[in-house]
Amino acid sequence: MSALAPVSPRRRRTDLLARGLLAVGTLLALVPLVLVLYYVAKKGLGTWSWSFFTTDPTGNFLGSPGGIKSAILGTIEIVALATAIAVPLGIGVALYLVEYGRESRFAAVVRYFVDVMTGVPSIVFGLFIYITLILSGGVGGFAGWKGSLALALLMLPIVTRSAEVVLTLVPDSLREAALALGAPRWRVVGRIVLPTALPGLVTGSLLAIARAAGETAPLLFTSTLALATTLNLGTQMNSLPAVIFADVGQAQDRLVRVAWGAALTLVLMILVLTTLARLISRRSRFA
Amino acid sequence: MTDQPPTTSPRIAPRTPAAGLREVEAHGRSVTLRNLHAYYGDVHAVNGVWLEFPPNQVTAIIGPSGCGKSTLVRCINRMHEEVPGARAAGTVLLDEVDVYRDDVDVVSVRRLVGMVFQKPNPFPTMSVFDNVAAGLRLTGVRGGDLRDRVERSLRSAGLWEEVKDRLGRPGIGLSGGQQQRLCIARTLAVEPEVILMDEPCSALDPVATLKIEELIAGLRARYTIVIVTHNMQQAARVSDSTAFMLNGELVEHSPTEKLFTTPHDARTEEYVTGKFG
Ligand SMILES: Nc1ncnc2c1ncn2[C@@H]1O[C@H](COP(=O)(O)OP(=O)(O)OP(=O)(O)O)[C@@H](O)[C@H]1O
Ligand SMILES: [Mg+2]
Repeated sequence: MSALAPVSPRRRRTDLLARGLLAVGTLLALVPLVLVLYYVAKKGLGTWSWSFFTTDPTGNFLGSPGGIKSAILGTIEIVALATAIAVPLGIGVALYLVEYGRESRFAAVVRYFVDVMTGVPSIVFGLFIYITLILSGGVGGFAGWKGSLALALLMLPIVTRSAEVVLTLVPDSLREAALALGAPRWRVVGRIVLPTALPGLVTGSLLAIARAAGETAPLLFTSTLALATTLNLGTQMNSLPAVIFADVGQAQDRLVRVAWGAALTLVLMILVLTTLARLISRRSRFA
Repeated sequence: MTDQPPTTSPRIAPRTPAAGLREVEAHGRSVTLRNLHAYYGDVHAVNGVWLEFPPNQVTAIIGPSGCGKSTLVRCINRMHEEVPGARAAGTVLLDEVDVYRDDVDVVSVRRLVGMVFQKPNPFPTMSVFDNVAAGLRLTGVRGGDLRDRVERSLRSAGLWEEVKDRLGRPGIGLSGGQQQRLCIARTLAVEPEVILMDEPCSALDPVATLKIEELIAGLRARYTIVIVTHNMQQAARVSDSTAFMLNGELVEHSPTEKLFTTPHDARTEEYVTGKFG
């Protein structure tokens, strides 16, 4: 009779079932995630204390194992140098691809290699630096900056890819408007494209940093381990992933506890970075 | 006012570099197209157009969608060549100088030939003030009284009264019609002598459209204006002469009133009476 029929009971049931299945699936996916966080927090929190963050590892077989100060600072230094290399380079490559290379064959080749690099396991980057810069003996042995290089290689494709996406999102109408005002191309890039894309570029870079901060394999053969805090990237350096890797396999329970404490610290550092990235991308100009 | 003889100065210098927008003697340049062809790869979008846009007149370009109107105007400020694979052949004279001459700087062409686009496109990261100042900053103009120039441009675009209290607010916070007038102010700020408008009102409501049309009538005293429009009433209202294009060719260029009442060409008549297009 009426053209506007009520929703049939069958559609209602199907809808309910589908929603239910999706909810259950989501919950299942969340279980391991929550369990990991819970375990790390439970095991790690117990080791946290003021001195845990303010003292270096002692390396003694007996007595206090010391804290993780050198590892925290080492991670920050190594990742900072890696960022200083990978972010400008990655954004530069993306700028080339979007603003100049576009559909050219060379740009296609670059894109392909960036894609391939994204899929390379992180340990390969570590090995590459190990073979070229450490075994070759030309520039000394293990050093923090070599760890930075390995991490930079890992970050480069992530930064490039994410920057390329955000730069492509900058509407062409803005570039045209600026060019039509008589601006040279490089000024259009510097004054219009980059500022418009800035929130997205920052977000992408932060995510790459977060990813690099947690990587263990590239550091094991490059910066390796150390006890003392050092600001010299030319020497061996401690880092959080390396400490976790080394200590968790120890027979002594007190060292394993250090590993859990370091793991919780690393998780929190990465959490802060990703949260920051989210906040900034939310303020971005394209929703 | 001394004209720089174009033969000795390939860079097209503005006639009166120091002249303010208000000065009466500032006036538009003529634009002459001689056998203009434009291509996108293999697509021949503009096919041998001869056309003159006299100074201080509004010329409307009408024609069915895809007939090459946008392409034609984009050849005048050499924006056409920004499209990958696109090229143009023929001559575009700005007064006496061919803008396609090898030794002509494309930047100087675009500073003399401003462009307003179909969709308002203020720079989203910039305030109202910075949007208007953008053209000056982007072309590396330093010094001068920036504030004064921004105010004059906004006044000329009929926007000053509406935005003078929020110059620091984002340009994209304005209404669509205000944004389009902001874009016009941005174009005026670099002191062009020719203004190209590609369907400047097609994204606007009737009231905002009327404002822009009034603005065009006022700007005509100082600039040469070329306006592409789909709206024949608009062409009739704002323009002195109208050019009708079809399939990349110029069919007819006549005084507006004549073109709409007693056109030369049968195809023009069919189009303006709504038989096709
Ligand atoms: N970027 C491009 N690449 C290839 N062909 C194009 C491109 N832009 C336009 N064309 C083609 O060139 C011809 C003219 O297009 P143009 O945009 O100048 O038409 P128009 O008259 O402005 O149409 P409209 O009224 O719809 O804006 C069309 O056939 C169009 O398909
Ligand atoms: Mg068009």
